[in-house]
Amino acid sequence: MARLIFTQQLARFTDVPQVDTAAGELRAGLESAFALNPLLRSYVLDDQGHLRENVVIFIDGRRSSERRLLTDPLQPDSTVYVLQALSGG
Amino acid sequence: MSERAFLSTRKGLFELQRAQGRWEVGPIHFLGEPVSIALADPRDGSLYAALNLGHFGVKLHRRDAGSDSWTEIAAPAYPLKPEDSSDTVEWKNRLIWSLEPGGADQPGVLWAGTLPGGLFKSTDRGASWNLVQALWDIPQRKEWFGGGYDVPGIHSICVDPRNSDHVLVGVSCGGVWRTEDGGASWRVSATGMRADYMPPELNENEAVQDPHRIVRCAGNPDVLWCQHHNGIWRSENNGVNWQEITDAALSNFGFAVAAHPRDGGTAWFAPAIADQRRIPVGASLAVTRSSDGGKTFTALRAGLPQEHCYDLVYRHGLAVDAEGLGLLMASTSGGAWSSADGGNNWHTISTTLPPIYAACFG
Repeated sequence: MARLIFTQQLARFTDVPQVDTAAGELRAGLESAFALNPLLRSYVLDDQGHLRENVVIFIDGRRSSERRLLTDPLQPDSTVYVLQALSGG
Repeated sequence: MSERAFLSTRKGLFELQRAQGRWEVGPIHFLGEPVSIALADPRDGSLYAALNLGHFGVKLHRRDAGSDSWTEIAAPAYPLKPEDSSDTVEWKNRLIWSLEPGGADQPGVLWAGTLPGGLFKSTDRGASWNLVQALWDIPQRKEWFGGGYDVPGIHSICVDPRNSDHVLVGVSCGGVWRTEDGGASWRVSATGMRADYMPPELNENEAVQDPHRIVRCAGNPDVLWCQHHNGIWRSENNGVNWQEITDAALSNFGFAVAAHPRDGGTAWFAPAIADQRRIPVGASLAVTRSSDGGKTFTALRAGLPQEHCYDLVYRHGLAVDAEGLGLLMASTSGGAWSSADGGNNWHTISTTLPPIYAACFG
């Protein structure tokens, strides 16, 4: 199961569950977290469902490369960090 | 007189409370977070705060009357952009720039103006929002452009107290638009305005005007005042036509305007040097007031900083209370001042607050 870990900066605003997911792609993995806390979606994704400009995601130490469709693959033992990008101030 | 007021700032929502006739800074909400606009809904006592989180986007919170706690509610969100759309604008809410209640006969109705130019309506106190599609779809939106931001935005929403389906909005830079059917259809309504920043052949194009701020006189609703990029305009027929005010004191440039709640002849402005410098005239802060429909103005300075003052009062930084005597003025340098006598005398609330985007009584 891939593990999703959200920045504690988000915990100031809404619940940030640590999620273990069987999803094979990043978007599906995120959806499993949004299912636990629907408010979380708008903090990570924008109106069009794209990754927010100042949010960055690392999968097994590599920055995710596809910010619109979020098709980066997840492995069963992946660790995914959802972080705030310093570009956001 | 109002006993409560709010300043929306770069670092939180600052509540002001009146004590012994003077305003003092009270509780601070969302400390550290940018609050773009707040609304104290006079219909039910609810308080709304729009946040613009640097990383995590636009958020909206509500505090119900009598409650001490805030609840995050839905923020206006744009629908999915069709794949074949030729629109060059990203359909993403970048800022809630204006937030207004619907009419007294429409409890629960809220209007929100956003960057990049979408108007949203809620009928359930912000639990859900819908883009006002008819305004978003007008062909002239292609002509709109950013004023102060990279993209256009709706900063002024004026509901007609006589008929809640009659709404006028101001767009920087996209002119003035009116609906008489609750938002189902819209017509441009900036006749008489002039855009000197456009080529001469386009400067009367109504859909590219830059009304910095538009306010309505609640007690004389046909009267609207507009601080425009190129001067001051006033309408006496609900925005159908606009007449330029040519004898403004100090400067005809500025962002803010506040309309007297009953007297259609009275309004206040916060003039600044046009338009690259954007500082008070002579580095000396003043409010100007007209009491005769814009024929003459009085510059009001008592109690305001008169030396080396570079405070700019942005669009929503000047507010008048329901009685027409209490005023609040707040600057992007963190200055806040109040008046209890229509602007004749001012009292400093603070000069060290975060940059202030908006002031309102509550």
